[in-house]
Amino acid sequence: MPETPMPLWEVFIRSRSGSPHKHAGSVHAPDATMALQAARDVYTRRGESVSVWVMPSSAITASDPADKDELFEPTGTKIYRHPTFYEVPDEVGHM
Amino acid sequence: MKSGICETVLAPSKDSTSALFAGLVGLADDALVLGHRLSEWSNLAPLLEEDIALSNLALDLIGQARLLYAYAGEIEDKGRDEDDLAYLRDEHAYANLLLVEQPNGDFAATMARQLLYAAFMHPYYQALQTSADARLAEIAAKAVKEMAYHVRHAAEWVIRLGDGTEESHARAAAALEELWPYTGELFEMDAGEQALAGQQIAVDRAAIRPAWNATITRVLTEATLKRPADRWMQTGGRAGRHSEHLGPMLAEMQVLRRAHPDATW
Repeated sequence: MPETPMPLWEVFIRSRSGSPHKHAGSVHAPDATMALQAARDVYTRRGESVSVWVMPSSAITASDPADKDELFEPTGTKIYRHPTFYEVPDEVGHM
Repeated sequence: MKSGICETVLAPSKDSTSALFAGLVGLADDALVLGHRLSEWSNLAPLLEEDIALSNLALDLIGQARLLYAYAGEIEDKGRDEDDLAYLRDEHAYANLLLVEQPNGDFAATMARQLLYAAFMHPYYQALQTSADARLAEIAAKAVKEMAYHVRHAAEWVIRLGDGTEESHARAAAALEELWPYTGELFEMDAGEQALAGQQIAVDRAAIRPAWNATITRVLTEATLKRPADRWMQTGGRAGRHSEHLGPMLAEMQVLRRAHPDATW
């Protein structure tokens, strides 16, 4: 049992070359080096990854759930911002 | 080899076949016994992350053992497969190093044991990749990447334990003192293994010492831990003379297979 809680780290993994890192979850670790190892051990066991990032969870500034109406509600009526009126040719591939 | 026609692995002599079998089984026993030891941490590790990490290390080693046993069984040519070799041999037929059968102790002892073993096996498999035996070279090419991570993981923990709190330092230092007499066996070779090394099939274990020393010194220095003095070294594992710890471990590991021969699932 750790006497003081270990810092929390957010883990991002890239599943293949060219695709962006995606949030995979979080790990506890005493420092960045160990966090990277823990992330590798916990989140890449099934060959999911070609690259791993970790960052301190405390470095994230998150929006307040109470603000969700003013932040996100106004976009609901602006469907013209969605690029769904175009047909993407197959050759374009992964977008 | 006396024959001038097929002088390599095409027609191995009886001696070199049994030496290769013994060498493979020794390596496989090291990997399986240590892998089983690490698996004993399952659900007991200090952190969930480390629980998974230790299982990963265990599975690397058990995977290496399977490849080595399978090849040993083929070399022996008596119909024994990897499971027969792992589950149906008694303690005295096991040829693993005494180091790997030592109990897990506390977390510091497990990490110290892992470092002492992996710091040897990483350069060992590196060298084995150029073995004249293609199958061995293939196994080594897979294992070398795994052992590189074992060195990294164990080293980072030993550094943090040594350079951590007063208690973690004391525990890491005690573990090193306790395990040090088992490190001499890493470099031992019998006549059979020496002959295989002469044919570039096996690796000269003495030649691994500089790399092992360099890793151990680097890690212990950063960990502010004193390298224990070389003194009288334990020996006997390769010849089947084990400490009191292996028997109970094998009994637990083998009970299912022995109670239900040839059971499948």
